Amino acid sequence: MGFFESLRFIWLFLPNLMPREIYELGVMAVAFLAIVIFITLMVLFMVWFERKIIGHIQVRRGPLHTGGFHGWAQTIADTLKLFLKEDIVPRGVDRPVYVLAPLIVFMSTVVAYIVIPFSKNLVARDINMGVLFVFAVSSVTTIGIFMAGWGSNNKYSLLGAMRVAAQIVSYEVPLLLSVLGVFMLSQTLSLSGIVEAQKHVWYVFLQPVGFVIYVIAGIGEVNRLPFDIPEAESELVAGFHTEYSGLRFAFFFLSEYANMFVMSAMATVLFLGGWHGPVLPGFVWFMIKAFFFMFLMVWLRGTYPRLRVDQMMAFCWKVLLPLAFLNLLVTGLVMAAF
Amino acid sequence: MPELKTDSLFINMGPQHPSTHGVLRLGLTIEGERVVNVFPDVGFLHRGIEKLAESRTYIQTIPLTDRLDYMSGMSNNLAYVLAVEKLLDVEVPRRAEFIRVIVAEMSRLASHLIWLGSFANDLGATTPLIYCFREREDILDALEILCGARMTFNYVRFGGVARDATPPFVEKLRKFLSIFDRRVDEYEELLTKNAIFTNRTRGVGLLTREEAISYAASGPVLRGSGVKWDLRKDAPYSVYPEMDFVIPTGEAGDAYDRYLVRLVEMRQAARIIRQALDGLPEGDFTAKMPRVLKPRKGEAYSRIEAPKGELGFYVVSDGTANPYRVKIRAPSFINLATIPTMCKGALVADIVAVLGSIDIVLGEVDR
Repeated sequence: MGFFESLRFIWLFLPNLMPREIYELGVMAVAFLAIVIFITLMVLFMVWFERKIIGHIQVRRGPLHTGGFHGWAQTIADTLKLFLKEDIVPRGVDRPVYVLAPLIVFMSTVVAYIVIPFSKNLVARDINMGVLFVFAVSSVTTIGIFMAGWGSNNKYSLLGAMRVAAQIVSYEVPLLLSVLGVFMLSQTLSLSGIVEAQKHVWYVFLQPVGFVIYVIAGIGEVNRLPFDIPEAESELVAGFHTEYSGLRFAFFFLSEYANMFVMSAMATVLFLGGWHGPVLPGFVWFMIKAFFFMFLMVWLRGTYPRLRVDQMMAFCWKVLLPLAFLNLLVTGLVMAAF
Repeated sequence: MPELKTDSLFINMGPQHPSTHGVLRLGLTIEGERVVNVFPDVGFLHRGIEKLAESRTYIQTIPLTDRLDYMSGMSNNLAYVLAVEKLLDVEVPRRAEFIRVIVAEMSRLASHLIWLGSFANDLGATTPLIYCFREREDILDALEILCGARMTFNYVRFGGVARDATPPFVEKLRKFLSIFDRRVDEYEELLTKNAIFTNRTRGVGLLTREEAISYAASGPVLRGSGVKWDLRKDAPYSVYPEMDFVIPTGEAGDAYDRYLVRLVEMRQAARIIRQALDGLPEGDFTAKMPRVLKPRKGEAYSRIEAPKGELGFYVVSDGTANPYRVKIRAPSFINLATIPTMCKGALVADIVAVLGSIDIVLGEVDR
């Protein structure tokens, strides 16, 4: 028996060797570890990717020296620096709230990865209402961010936190409404099921309006330009994370980018046919599509100024929301007719 | 249901803040996002330049003026030199006058470019900033060829300028001018018709014609409010009467109008430089000056249209080698006083847009 065959043998018989609960727990632990490693590596790449793209948009070159090839190690060096920095807890903060906030934000982001189907078989847990699960846990982020703003005992942080609460709560409404059209077509809430249903035609062609609403609301949801009002640096210094530094700041930074990826991955799953694609393996297709969205977000950041807080709210409630309802109505009517 | 008790919040914006453009402190009283009251607090960069000038000779004061509005050192040099020349009775050669106009307009371009970039950056658009610095770099390179310095020039001197304009300088400048108009089109493409940009600037920071005049505002702030007042036309100095250019004015007096006025001014400045280069006469670049300058007893005031507005120097001489008193009328300082009026009923985000649209430099505000 060769090495790999024996490994496979152990893998298959593992469930019989121990109680079921312990086995399940073990599997989840492995999946969790894999997800955290994946997020870390991907965020490292994403930050480098963003800096390169934004650099070239701005007729610069971006990172160029660290590590040799086009500064590929720059983000690794930056992360190491953040890890090694002194852990500062300002004197006036509400300590438990201040300390817990980055962890809550990070955990709620990581949990969303559990249900994302990277390819046909590469999914930690395919639950039958995955879409709702993702949106539900990413709402928890709001609480973490608000805790950060409130606990910091800083006026800028507080303003930033209030903006976050207002913005994320508002943008969740059109976001979910835009996705409802997809559920109506696929008749399932399972992410894998939705991808399977797009085997022949992607929903972006059946739900173009829903797709556009999703992209806009999704960018609003992850606080990226032109909706980066909560951390508008020219107004609020750094918004809710003004008082954070070192490792705690790294957690916010990590979850911001991880959240961006969740939004991109959801767009891929819901509208762009997930892992479907010719020749290349499913996982590669999935990443290509997701990174197309990342590119879109970076592109917008390089082009647009920032909206004002009242204008952003008006845009959400007066434009996106009616449009999302209209889209839903038309989808329903068309489905009833055919 | 008990009524919710609310309170207004006082925020110190600055002196360390990303968008107060230096060490300006703004005291904001806000209710939610709405600003109830705002007052500017200046003085953090006070270096006593006016007093320093009294203990230095006339020519040693020129480098001090570089440190006022450090975005446009040439304009400051020019304003001070013009004031002292009134007491000296010198004949400035025509070539020197042309070079002075060229460098003053180059300063205007450099200053407006920085303004445009940082204004866009304050509104969240990071890309125009880098584009503007790219063009400013060309201007600074040209000035470096001309006088060896990039920001603190000490170039305009009594009776002329410090060095002659050499062919490499002219060539570099012409090359830059040949692409500049297209670059301004590029900025306009990114901003002028951008819905987010117009939403952020239209109707924000309103300053009526009467208010602008009563605050003694000047420069693009005054012209943005619809007052056609430009010292290059209305109280001409140097060889500006020979140049052909237009004075843009706004209508509404909001941040968007001030933006448009400055963009037109940039195009016009390029036009003036082109004319001055074409008409650049041969001859001396400086008059013959005595080694020790002792202007006659008396006082003189001269004012020029600096990039930020009306820059005035009042010089009192007691007949010795040092000025008895130098008083600087700094446009940024006076324009900054309009901010409480402009920010009536604004949101926190508008404060940044308004402050950016005034275009202040703290080196000049505090002197």
